[in-house]
Amino acid sequence: MNDTTPAIETIGLRKVFGDKVAVEDLSLRVERGEVFGFLGPNGAGKTTSVKMLLGLSAPTSGRGLLLGSPVGTASALRKVGFLPEHFRFHDWLKAHEFLFVHGRLYGMNGQALKTRVPQLLDLVGLTAHSEKRLSDFSKGMLQRIGLAQALLNEPEVVFLDEPTSGLDPLGRRLVRDIIRDLKTRGTTVFLNSHLLSEVEVTCDRVSFVKHGRVVQTSPLKSLMNGLLHVEIRAQKITPDTIAGLRRWSPTVDATGERIRLELSEETFLPEIHRYLVQQGADVYSVTPQRISLEELFVQIVGSEVGL
Amino acid sequence: MRTVRIIAGLTLREAVRRKIVLAALLMGSVFLTVYAVGFYYINQDMTREAGVAPLIAFKEMRNFILMAGLYVVNFLTMGMAILTSIDTLSGEISSGTVQTLVAKPVRRWEIVLGKWLGFVVILTLYLLLMGGGVIGAVLAISGHQAPKPLLGLSLIWLNAVLVLNLSFFGGSRLSTLANGVLAFGMYGIGFVGGWIEQVGWLAQKQAAVHVGIVSSLLFPGEAMWKRAAHELQTPLVKALGVSPFSFQSPPNNVMIGYAAFYAAVVLLLAVRKFGQRDL
Repeated sequence: MNDTTPAIETIGLRKVFGDKVAVEDLSLRVERGEVFGFLGPNGAGKTTSVKMLLGLSAPTSGRGLLLGSPVGTASALRKVGFLPEHFRFHDWLKAHEFLFVHGRLYGMNGQALKTRVPQLLDLVGLTAHSEKRLSDFSKGMLQRIGLAQALLNEPEVVFLDEPTSGLDPLGRRLVRDIIRDLKTRGTTVFLNSHLLSEVEVTCDRVSFVKHGRVVQTSPLKSLMNGLLHVEIRAQKITPDTIAGLRRWSPTVDATGERIRLELSEETFLPEIHRYLVQQGADVYSVTPQRISLEELFVQIVGSEVGL
Repeated sequence: MRTVRIIAGLTLREAVRRKIVLAALLMGSVFLTVYAVGFYYINQDMTREAGVAPLIAFKEMRNFILMAGLYVVNFLTMGMAILTSIDTLSGEISSGTVQTLVAKPVRRWEIVLGKWLGFVVILTLYLLLMGGGVIGAVLAISGHQAPKPLLGLSLIWLNAVLVLNLSFFGGSRLSTLANGVLAFGMYGIGFVGGWIEQVGWLAQKQAAVHVGIVSSLLFPGEAMWKRAAHELQTPLVKALGVSPFSFQSPPNNVMIGYAAFYAAVVLLLAVRKFGQRDL
């Protein structure tokens, strides 16, 4: 195992429950140090995919490697951290005991944990609650301690399944900061999330899954740069002028003094502006609007309601 | 083995934290107190009437009360085995608690074995407290000692372990409630079978004896109690067969071997299922 092996590599991973196909064909490659977003509607097989990668669920067919080791083996998990979606812990443990026990399961010794546990409690802002039992924790606090648990062994890959679902805005910012911090350390982050705004600011690359199949994988930057929505407010526009805009945009949607365009490149903006002026229009504003990941999500996976 | 130790420790700590140990100690003390006080007065009355009955009857009487105490201890230990362990696998699977454990660089069998070891420690201590308490109280108050107390307790222990392993077996594949039904149901089959066999023996009905043997094979827990009772019995009662705790056909050593084998297989099946299933 060396550092050039991908963090995650799967070929045709498939999971069938009875006659229900949960994951049709998962073929993925996540490089080391990437923050990878795994997006899809409910029931698309995201959690099942993560479970297969972590050996919680045996694939029906296909194969996968985690840090170079076959998924489902103990050695694959040595340098992996995991925060499950529906995290539940032994809630009769105190916060620091919980981290201690899980650290020992990673094979860490008591000495190492004596420094690591307080560090992590501090990182997730729970130092003051170290002596509290988890049964007295709020959902957000549990999520934080769960996150700390996923980072105990200074993992090379961290799986976060909906890590911000129970958190207030401060908690969400904390998760975002932790993910950024992991990225600067070169840690690979595999992020399952519905909160696309989170994905938008943290991920390098995203995959869209639908019906248990990866339908598109792209760097977030190119996705977000892909289409530029522009709203123009202008007067004295003739139908000819509007027709002429099709040079730059396949769709031209004009109502009154507002025109909406979809551009593939930002450099078209000054050209359009010049054109409009030359055509004798009075231009009040040209406002580029980045397409949000949410719109993109709907475009790619379709608007059908998830299961 | 490191993981096994960690999980066993966690299981023990859970029993302490969730006040299972406290409740068991408390109720155990009450039980032993009631038992000792009761035995004290019965014994005092017997001694007072020493002139009337022959000395040998005292010994039998004392042993009978001892057996009654151990019968309850056998039942309580068996109940403890089921109630404490019934949701340890199924509960943690359904709640998802097990996910963060299994996603560590550990082997699943280590988790099952660790939990099992934790419960065996709890059961052993409980049995030593309760069984030792009953035997000790009788000894201290009357000077009467049961024949082969260690062998008797060991067989009661094996009964509890059988039930424990069955609860692991069910817990690795069933919901907690279904597992409870399975464990108690199996115990019930063994239990009623034991009595059918006994009655069959007394009434010389071979078919009933066969039914009893088959049910003991289905679940050999009660058979272990029967053998324990046989070992703890005084020779006279053994010979006469006049007590509800004396059995005409005590299970033989093959049955004990079968019970140990049964326990091992059931635990192995639990380990296997837990190792393969989706969590």
